Amino acid sequence: MLSYILRRVLYTIPIAIGVSLVVFTLIHLAPGDPLSAVVGEVDQKMLAEMRASFGYDKPLPVQYFLWLGSTLTGDMGYSLRTGAPVFPTLIAAAKNTIAIGVGAAILGFLLGVLSGLVAGYNHGTWIDKTVSSAAIAGVSMPHYWLAIILVIIFSVHLGWLPSVGSGSGEAFWSWAAWRHMVLPVVALAAIPAAIVARTARASVMEILSMEFVEALRARGLSERRILWHVARNALPTVLAVMGLQFAHLLGGSILVETVFTWPGTGQLLNMAIFDRDMPVLQGTIMLLALFFVLTNLVVDILQAWADPRISRS
Amino acid sequence: MTETPLVKVEDLSVQFVSRESTVRAVNGVSFELARGEVLGILGESGSGKSVTLRALMRLLPHRKTRLAGRIEIAGQDVMALDTAALARLRGPTVAMIFQEPMTALDPVFTIGDQIVEAITQHEPLTRTGARKRALELLELVQIPSAVRRLDAYPHQLSGGLRQRAMIAIALACRPALLLADEPTTALDATVQIQVLLLLRTLQQELGMGMIFVTHDLGVAVEVSHKLAVMYAGRMVESGSVHDVVRNPRHPYTEGLMHSTVHEVAKGERLTPIRGSPPNLAALPAGCSFAPRCTYAGAQCSTSYPPPQRIGSDAGYEHYTRCHYPEHVGSALA
Repeated sequence: MLSYILRRVLYTIPIAIGVSLVVFTLIHLAPGDPLSAVVGEVDQKMLAEMRASFGYDKPLPVQYFLWLGSTLTGDMGYSLRTGAPVFPTLIAAAKNTIAIGVGAAILGFLLGVLSGLVAGYNHGTWIDKTVSSAAIAGVSMPHYWLAIILVIIFSVHLGWLPSVGSGSGEAFWSWAAWRHMVLPVVALAAIPAAIVARTARASVMEILSMEFVEALRARGLSERRILWHVARNALPTVLAVMGLQFAHLLGGSILVETVFTWPGTGQLLNMAIFDRDMPVLQGTIMLLALFFVLTNLVVDILQAWADPRISRS
Repeated sequence: MTETPLVKVEDLSVQFVSRESTVRAVNGVSFELARGEVLGILGESGSGKSVTLRALMRLLPHRKTRLAGRIEIAGQDVMALDTAALARLRGPTVAMIFQEPMTALDPVFTIGDQIVEAITQHEPLTRTGARKRALELLELVQIPSAVRRLDAYPHQLSGGLRQRAMIAIALACRPALLLADEPTTALDATVQIQVLLLLRTLQQELGMGMIFVTHDLGVAVEVSHKLAVMYAGRMVESGSVHDVVRNPRHPYTEGLMHSTVHEVAKGERLTPIRGSPPNLAALPAGCSFAPRCTYAGAQCSTSYPPPQRIGSDAGYEHYTRCHYPEHVGSALA
């Protein structure tokens, strides 16, 4: 197991390098000159000087290594729009996104796993039909639409919860800060909850049809013990889906964060794209890609722990 | 045999009901089994032998299954038991071993955990105590380096060891009756014999009653005191091993003997039974074997033959369900 973890951690290094290369290339492949967007119509001499000062005149491979080198030391340059250093901006945004992402993951996974398990176990009954319909609704509903509906109900009509922003600097562990998170968390949790519920249901149904479940019954185990065995066998599949969904959540949702003007990475990315703010764009995408790589790493390790057949092969 | 039998089955029938059809898997099976006795049930795939076993433990999915008849095991009316009482019956009274140990063991739990779980479900034992017993069980089924194997997952064991582990789980609560559903079919030939001998030894040492289902005549003869031959959900012939094998009085049994390698001298051709088993969703009116039978007469297509007593051997009555048992053997002799 330990050697498997070590191997798996080592594998992430080339993946991370590949990701950085892709991020860098993609952005430089996009047409348009970032500086001309900022500087506007000025004389060519000044533009060239500015290019040189940002290092944009050097060949791309050189630019890549310069960028990689400074990124690794925590220096991601300065925003072309605000002039603020990219790294702290990114960290602040990521914190906000992680806060609602983790909240949505906890809510969505709890809901998804429980309802999926119960539905699969009681498959064909009204419970199953209710859960399945809710899950279909959950995956089909655009989350920004759900966000708007939530705002209309809970902010506009009922006035219970704020509709915008993340508060004004309240301590993180306080209801004053948390009430800002409730609606974004619910809006974000719908899709993961539905997807996890569908996966768990399908997986439980598949496992229930396996012979070993009959064999467990033949041992006289209680239905509760049998459900535990079934859940334990469904875990690896459900974990894989949860990992993917969690990575999505950490990536932040441009649409949901825009609806709630939530100052997370989604919003940062959105602004950086419109402003052609290359350093911010590069930094944000790189960070999100690393989130994916890390989540995959964690999920792979968890799966190996959950399914003893994985780490041996 | 004056004591009450361990198992008493009367007119058991099992039907699988779906919207399209009703499959009559078992049609009126009756038998008895004394403590410490071994009944071998012989039959081809779809003859209802495995379904009969599962019905004894009420393991069949109740939503799609229609059960009728009487099942009594160790004095308990199995048909009348509720879920909780069934769970108490399974394990300490009746246990089952399955054909394919790879799919019948939970892949994500260690062998030790699965045995411990089976023990603690039924007995007020601590985990440590149960683990000690699990170790003894692995030694009982002759698994080498048992201590290490307790923490092994099913996929880490060879087919033979896996089947031994499954036997250990089945024996965890010292059942009075062991149901074996083709326990050697999925194994290599050499391992088959080892597992078979182990089962026979265990059955004798622990004094268990055993019902051994197989399609392999040689295997059935090796372990059984008495044999029952199943065809299309009925026991068409039953009796002592000697009677059924040496003096078959049902054309299907005779056909089985002639299509088995054990019974035919070298160089002689095997005689297969012509035709194929009937569709259990649309059984013929008379004897289900009649369409394939060499001896079939007028009566055979109209009425199903009642059990007919032929004789007895070693205390076991020899019965056949054939209209013309005296003809059997004449065609090939």
